[in-house]
Amino acid sequence: MTTPMLMTVIAVIAISGFFIARARSIKLADTAGGLSKLHSRPNYYGSYVAILAAIPALVLLLLWQAVEPNLIHSLVMAQLSDSYVTQFGNADLLYSQIGNVARGITQTDDAVLLAAADHYQMLNQLGTTLRFTAMTSLALAGLAFGWRSLRLRLRARNRVENVMQAFLLLCSTLAILTTLGIVLSVLFEALRFFQMIPVTEFIFGTEWSPQIALRADQQAASGSFGAIPLFTGTLMISFIAMCIAAPVGLMSAIYLAEYASPRIRGIVKPILEILAGIPTVVYGFFAALVAAPFIRDVAQAIGFSSASSESALAAGAVMGIMIIPFVSSLSDDVITAVPQSLRDGSYGLGATPSETVRKVVLPAALPGIVGGLLLAVSRAIGETMIVVMAAGLSANLTANPLDSVTTVTVQIVTLLVGDQEFDSPKTLAAFALGLTLFVVTLALNVIALNIVKKYREQYD
Amino acid sequence: MTDKIEQLAQEKRARVRASLAKRRGKEGRFRFYGIGSIFLAFTFLVLLLGSIVSQGYTAFYTTEIRLTVDLSEENLGIEGKPLNDETLKYLGYRSVLADAIFDAMPEVTSRGDKRELFRFLSNGAEYDLRDRVAANPDLVGQEVEIWALAGDNVNQFNKGNIDGSLPESYRQFKDKHIGWFNQLKEDDRVRTVFNSRFFTNGDSRDAELAGIWGATVGSFYTLLVTLALSFPIGVAAAIYLEEFAPRNRITEIIEININNLAAVPSIVFGLLGLAVFLNFADLPRSAPVVGGLVLTLMTLPTIIISSRASIKAVPPSVRDAALGVGASKMQMVIHHVLPLAMPGMLTGTIIGMAQALGETAPLLMIGMVAFIVDIPSGPLDAATALPVQIYLWAENPEKGFVENTSGAIMVLLAFLALMNACAVILRKRLERRW
Repeated sequence: MTTPMLMTVIAVIAISGFFIARARSIKLADTAGGLSKLHSRPNYYGSYVAILAAIPALVLLLLWQAVEPNLIHSLVMAQLSDSYVTQFGNADLLYSQIGNVARGITQTDDAVLLAAADHYQMLNQLGTTLRFTAMTSLALAGLAFGWRSLRLRLRARNRVENVMQAFLLLCSTLAILTTLGIVLSVLFEALRFFQMIPVTEFIFGTEWSPQIALRADQQAASGSFGAIPLFTGTLMISFIAMCIAAPVGLMSAIYLAEYASPRIRGIVKPILEILAGIPTVVYGFFAALVAAPFIRDVAQAIGFSSASSESALAAGAVMGIMIIPFVSSLSDDVITAVPQSLRDGSYGLGATPSETVRKVVLPAALPGIVGGLLLAVSRAIGETMIVVMAAGLSANLTANPLDSVTTVTVQIVTLLVGDQEFDSPKTLAAFALGLTLFVVTLALNVIALNIVKKYREQYD
Repeated sequence: MTDKIEQLAQEKRARVRASLAKRRGKEGRFRFYGIGSIFLAFTFLVLLLGSIVSQGYTAFYTTEIRLTVDLSEENLGIEGKPLNDETLKYLGYRSVLADAIFDAMPEVTSRGDKRELFRFLSNGAEYDLRDRVAANPDLVGQEVEIWALAGDNVNQFNKGNIDGSLPESYRQFKDKHIGWFNQLKEDDRVRTVFNSRFFTNGDSRDAELAGIWGATVGSFYTLLVTLALSFPIGVAAAIYLEEFAPRNRITEIIEININNLAAVPSIVFGLLGLAVFLNFADLPRSAPVVGGLVLTLMTLPTIIISSRASIKAVPPSVRDAALGVGASKMQMVIHHVLPLAMPGMLTGTIIGMAQALGETAPLLMIGMVAFIVDIPSGPLDAATALPVQIYLWAENPEKGFVENTSGAIMVLLAFLALMNACAVILRKRLERRW
């Protein structure tokens, strides 16, 4: 009996519970002299019984799913002698081999293995039967209990509503759970990494080559995990991106907010937003295929013969294009939030529109704009696909934007795509990088959101 | 005295007049910067879309070569075998095709040349022929005229993606190949047709056989899981926060959390998925379920924020009236606020889904980058998604894959445009002013 089937059975029990209880409550009301004698509407009695039938059974199912595989694992392995396990080598491999034999995927003549597979199969079947019995009886028990407790004065609606409210609360705590999940999952692996590689080496080291040699006597045997080249690469690309996005985004926002007629604004704004809706992998493709070769050719034409086809400039420039609408819409919000009276005062003194913008509107909107730019920076730091496709893999500590550099996100992707073993510093390093990325962007976001929020309150 | 004042005034007027020109100039320049930046942004957009369309529109066409194949029993190697579905699968279609193309080009005689000539046909041509014969066994013994799918180089040359004027050593398609191709063309054996394979096939190592259907189905299942989870959870969370939450520390933390999650880099969600769903919960790798779960966590903040905004827009009078006729708070929310706020919630959800459709980085982390030829048949099968397919093809320097990448990007952008158009129409239609 598979899990979906079990859930169907439970659902059937719950739904029939709903209709039985609903009919019974109507009957009770009739004998007492009309529906108004009931505390709640009949549907609530039905839902009450359905909830009693379904929820305990589902909770049990969830727990069972979590416990059963481990239980079977330990029971099967306990049957095997230690010598057999050591003879086989890896215990995990042995267990999956047993599973494969039991499912008939692998054939074997090994008597011990066959016996273990039989045992495994027996336990699995037993578990399935037990689970089915436990689940259905719990659901039926819930139904029976609900049935017995049906009374005219039963406050069914309040109880159902309490359950609903608990569900709503549960959903909204998911945000906290997600954050917690991110922090814990990244933190634990990062801590394991820092047990192998000291934190100081990670933060201050200038050499990044995460390849681990197979033999101790090979060159660069230990692999080096100094993240400075990654940080500088990330910062350089983000800086280039902001050099494009900040002026272009800000000026378009100013034009749209201060000069453009409503009609032009209505046309231009959605078109700018198209830029924001294009997936980053498309920008990455554009950067790698069009921007990078173009920049290389231009650089070579003006004499930089060493210009690489994977350059920080290409990735940064295309990332800048991607961020333009982000900057412009955030700036547009703060600029339009500046009260008209300030502008009128400035015009009244004889200032031109551009003087008003520069001397009055921008200073008033500055905190909000700075906040928006910080958000854009955090987006640039966390951006992955453009840099993966266009920035390159070699960790150069360089200030030349025509060189290929690598970034934190690129390294996370290259370290984690493909086969992984979760006990080598090579893969764990990705989580340390992820932690750094999370902490940095989170700090930037908190600062930026605070600045934006504080500013918004001034004129509201 | 008055002269002096007059003189001062005149000087001042002259100064103002002089500075006025400067100020007007500045004003004009400032305005120009504004128009210039908008123009620049538009240029980027046009450049981006233009380069993709110009590279990719050819992906929707493919080249076929007309051949006369002799499906006699001895050519196919049937020799007394019973003609059932099983034997029809494993007959000598390859040699039949080879014979057919050698017949079409009798000038090619040497062994090496023949081998190269056979590469004018795609690997898929053999399977097409097989399927055709299997579907219609009466063809055995006949001589049939077919249009066989051309190999990648021929296809690219026919579409003009290989520049014949380059030095010969710079291209895979040599001068003699061009000669053969022109010969075939003169014999009227080459045609360009709509590339339906691009829309119906899964991934392939051969550019002319590779299609986006596998990735599209993968994206579909991923988005299905995302929608099924994130919409109810997001709406429920928004209702709780907007209608029921007491103002205290916990709800404040939840709110700050949601805002922060909206700005966490997507790759960090991928790390979360890798650590929690794959390593801890042991869910299958490369499966749309896991992708959907990760994208759910990513899109939840977007949906919650937009849902809250639309709940907030429902006027208090509606709530008061509901409570006034004796509804409980939950009834008021379910029966009155929720239906009124639903259009706004739906638009927010569609926009969140559009973002999720284009998301790549977290899917790389949970192993949806595998090379998968089969079309996934459920959310638990290994699959890729459209943007990941784009990423995979973009890594491939072959000209045919460049074209496929651009083609896939166009399809993805079309889907996004469709979703955003839906959101806009929904907003326009159902939006109401109170």
